[in-house]
Amino acid sequence: MKFSFTDEQSMLRDTAEAFLASVSDSTSVRSAMQSPLGFDQGCWQRICSEMYWQGILVPESCDGLSLGVVEMTIAFEQIGRRLTPSPLYASALGVVALRSLDESARQQALLKNAAEGQVIALAHTSARSNWDTVDVQAQKGPEGWILTGEARFVSCGHGAQTLLVVADNGGQESLFAVDAAMRGVTVSKTPTMDQTRPMASLHLDSVALDEDAMLSENWGASRRTTLDIGRIFVGAEQVGCAQESLDSSVAYVGERVQFGRTIASYQAIKHKAADMMLKVESARSLLYFAACIADEWLAGDASDGDLAEAASMLSSCAGDAAFFCAGTGIQLHGGVGITEEYDIQLYFKRARSTESYLGRPDEHREAIAKRLLDEDASHAA
Amino acid sequence: MQLKFTSEDELFRREVADWLTDNLSGEFAPIKHRGGPGDEHVFVEERKAWEQRLAEGGWTCIGWPEAWGGKSATIEQQVIFNEEYARAGGPGRVGHIGETLTGPTLLAFGSEAQKHRYLPGIRAGKELWCQGYSEPSAGSDLANVRTKAVLDETSGEWRITGQKVWTSLAHESDFVFVLARTNPEESAHRGLGFFLVPMRQEGVSIRPITQLTGTAEFNEVFFDEAVCAADDIVGAPGEGWKVAMGLLGFERGVSTLGQQMLFQTELDEVIRLAKNNGAARNPAIRQRIAEAHIGLRTLRYNSLRMLSGGEDGSLSREAMIYKLCWSSWHRNLGKLAMDVLGPDAELIENEPYELGRLQSLFLFTRADTIYGGTNQIQRNIIAERALGMPREPRGNS
Repeated sequence: MKFSFTDEQSMLRDTAEAFLASVSDSTSVRSAMQSPLGFDQGCWQRICSEMYWQGILVPESCDGLSLGVVEMTIAFEQIGRRLTPSPLYASALGVVALRSLDESARQQALLKNAAEGQVIALAHTSARSNWDTVDVQAQKGPEGWILTGEARFVSCGHGAQTLLVVADNGGQESLFAVDAAMRGVTVSKTPTMDQTRPMASLHLDSVALDEDAMLSENWGASRRTTLDIGRIFVGAEQVGCAQESLDSSVAYVGERVQFGRTIASYQAIKHKAADMMLKVESARSLLYFAACIADEWLAGDASDGDLAEAASMLSSCAGDAAFFCAGTGIQLHGGVGITEEYDIQLYFKRARSTESYLGRPDEHREAIAKRLLDEDASHAA
Repeated sequence: MQLKFTSEDELFRREVADWLTDNLSGEFAPIKHRGGPGDEHVFVEERKAWEQRLAEGGWTCIGWPEAWGGKSATIEQQVIFNEEYARAGGPGRVGHIGETLTGPTLLAFGSEAQKHRYLPGIRAGKELWCQGYSEPSAGSDLANVRTKAVLDETSGEWRITGQKVWTSLAHESDFVFVLARTNPEESAHRGLGFFLVPMRQEGVSIRPITQLTGTAEFNEVFFDEAVCAADDIVGAPGEGWKVAMGLLGFERGVSTLGQQMLFQTELDEVIRLAKNNGAARNPAIRQRIAEAHIGLRTLRYNSLRMLSGGEDGSLSREAMIYKLCWSSWHRNLGKLAMDVLGPDAELIENEPYELGRLQSLFLFTRADTIYGGTNQIQRNIIAERALGMPREPRGNS
């Protein structure tokens, strides 16, 4: 038992911190989020060539680093701290989806593409009624498959060369590889309240695919585990977002003088900051735990149920922590907190967008409650 | 980052668990799960005998150096011992103040003579200790102690006069460590001394404090010219604060996982109750039970981080939040238990005032957010030491 970073992991964190401090300051974040793509292609290329984070989860045999979810979350925590708009989340989620598949030439080729920095985005839901809603239909066509329908909340889908599309195939969920340039495929960036996490909508209008475009016939269980790992990535971003909300607020109240003292010297302010730190550190502890469980799961040492529980606990805790810290951060900033000029509002929007993405904290608590309180559910899990 | 214990540690775990299974039986079976916080006044004689049984088995003071009868156990092994102890239902330890506070303090600051005099009795489970820190006017502001220690020039002994409060197991203890003022000219943390004082003497009297639960495990201890030998001061006169603060840093959280095992038992009981009486169908209760489950797991991983931290003993960020975290969690659990009980929460077991286990939990957890540094003091500590915010201005005392 050594529940702390190894030297290599500490180094990865320090490098990530220094790198993003130089390439992703407030000015560059704001210019990236207002650009047509919603992220900075140049910044992404530097991440890919200098940091190689897109290769963290890719096996060495496919030119990746063969590292784990712990390492991946280290990068995401720093991304969350800087709010860096980038396709890293889309890329990592795509890699996790690909790793769930049986080894094949197609899968290996896609993993190699991912290691080169190509974004392979997972389009898994329309989220019309909940995050499990799939509104793409697959039908047998004359020479393969015909896909029709829509998917939404496709992270950086508009920056993807290949989309991994989950489709309802006669009652089971199948996974298809779809080239973004194909006839009948429309991917458009979705305007969002939080502009730092670009999303796209996907429309498929009778898209004709080859037989071998189907990567998995029965991918439902893998969709759930892939999204649980995605929740852990988001949890890492939330921890970073919460941490920076705390740090920038503590810095601000240390400078702001009222009644002849810095407002940081008042207990009403100090105690708020202490509550923020408590939430950040608690969420961070659960993040490290969940990342360790995800690595155990990838190694076959933890069950799907263990992974789901860890992901739900983290989503509940980190989602609340980010929202509390960013919201309290605005309060501690006072009037300037609600201006466009100060960054705390960006953190607040990011906290809100990640809080409902892939399930709100209360939904995750209900999932935990099912495991604890409903006999049938605990057997199933 | 590695969550799993090594196979050697797991062997150690089995050794501990086997010993506890073999020994927590027969005459000791009735004291399983008893004598913990809120319940410390029960089965005292049996728990004293148990302390000696533990000592004979080599299971007291395992974190101490081998030279003083310990096992030089690693942090992991100490964690495992505490976990297995709680899992087996090991009773509240009457020797815990001596083992976890007096012992490490003497090992760090004591003279050779003090170590030889006091460590063996603690290790053998035969000499029990209590603590004399808080006073009526020195609670959160601990440095405001007024208890005086005066060196009697003729006898060469120290004479202690004053009042301590919130001392548990005072009646059962052989010794108390006392923070007292050696120099009346100096205030706050200057001019203090740290004394080792025998409890069984004329100058010491004890008055139990009846709590809101109707039971009394804390006491007031009055010192009226109580005698303390000349060489039973730890460190020099004036160094008391340094010793006292060092003491507070020794525990390092190895017992926190054992404490969490007790919390888990309580949460399990609340969950069982909710399933049986239908409260588990109430969406608001479901949210709170899930939150309690997540909160307890968070405590565990906070602890593991804390225990995996630097060896220098410096207080890490996660260590600074721990008290605030667990005390708030536990207090919330007490309220949740009442809400799950519903109308029956109000009915007690017997006259005159015999509470059920969950009712005791509910009432006693109001103390958790007060003793050992109130939640407000904890927030000050976090803000000032972890976040570097300005210190609270001091008044004149």
